[in-house]
Amino acid sequence: MAFDDTAPSSSSLPEPTAYGSLTDHEDDARWAYGTGFTDPLAGVPADLPDGVDRADLMTYCLMLGDDALIMSHRLQQWVTRAPELEDELALANIGLDLLGQARLLLTRAGVAEGAGRDEDDLAYRREAHEFRNVRLAERADGDFAQLMARLLVFTAWRLAVFDRLSGSRDPMLAAIAAKGVKELTYHRDYAARWVVRLGGGTALSHSRMAAAMSDISLLSGELFRAHEVETRLGSVAVDPGAVRGEFDAVMGEVLAAAGLPARDEMSEILIFGRDGNHTEALTEILTEMQELARAVPGGKW
Amino acid sequence: MIDEVKHEWPLFEVFVRAKRGLNHVHVGSLRAADHRMAVQHARDLYTRRNEGVSIWVVRSDDVVASDPDDKEALFEPSADKVYRHPTYYAIPDSVPHI
Repeated sequence: MAFDDTAPSSSSLPEPTAYGSLTDHEDDARWAYGTGFTDPLAGVPADLPDGVDRADLMTYCLMLGDDALIMSHRLQQWVTRAPELEDELALANIGLDLLGQARLLLTRAGVAEGAGRDEDDLAYRREAHEFRNVRLAERADGDFAQLMARLLVFTAWRLAVFDRLSGSRDPMLAAIAAKGVKELTYHRDYAARWVVRLGGGTALSHSRMAAAMSDISLLSGELFRAHEVETRLGSVAVDPGAVRGEFDAVMGEVLAAAGLPARDEMSEILIFGRDGNHTEALTEILTEMQELARAVPGGKW
Repeated sequence: MIDEVKHEWPLFEVFVRAKRGLNHVHVGSLRAADHRMAVQHARDLYTRRNEGVSIWVVRSDDVVASDPDDKEALFEPSADKVYRHPTYYAIPDSVPHI
């Protein structure tokens, strides 16, 4: 994760960042690719907000960061398996956006913890029970319709949360959320268009899309239950219960356009990924994701 | 609902306007089921590195192109007509500001 943009440790200068190498030249007309890259977090104070509980803030950053990290990994697994090359790149782009959100949030979690752990420590050197992602993020998808149903629910929910989080009392969380809102708006649009397309497509695509939407409602209940950490953090965090109305309105609009039945009632969830209770699916993801980092401790790329 | 199933998406040509340019420039082609999807795919394929501020897509089969076999008739007659270039003409000394 940080492998591509860290300087050799012998350097006494500040480590150059990926953004720095793209923005520190003046004659940018010589570049074939686009220019004008900016660091969305430039100038944002990194201090923790007054009176915040460090452990709670860390847990909250892990919750949002792990959601993105695990969802991103599932999207990456579709690369080379997507139905069309163009969609493969779209899924990879969405996965990369979420990975970027995960990096910022895990870094913030490490700062809040104050024990010197960085994003890589938190991504590669935690066990499954220490992950705080919702269970919806880890499920494997049986077909493309299942992926689109899950992506739509995930992004519609996350966009509504991030929209409110951009007013967080923690300026760093607010800046991360504001950056994410633009990305998630596109992700939601991409997934919604596919749900509409498959719902209104052939008899086969319609039945698969309807089945996928029905399956995903089993995992959706957890998204709107406020965790005790979210409650304790007050105006630093967002109460996910408060976004339910917005989420339902978006889903209702998409499902109606797709000619799909209105959503089933979300089932009452008894087991929560937010508390570290996960399925085998997360173990499978971590085995793959952490394999190299665990095999080569301290390795740099 | 759609009854007829096509197994290949049509081809679209993509034009992107860069930040400081004036014209949309042809950057490549892609496959998509419809125009909206083509714009979405173009965004993912051709503007990932901040290349553009505007995208046009057009179905490739809507593009009417000149026939390569007509090359001689279409383009070569202009090759010997140097008087169509302003530099062909000598500017009299009495004409200032040119």
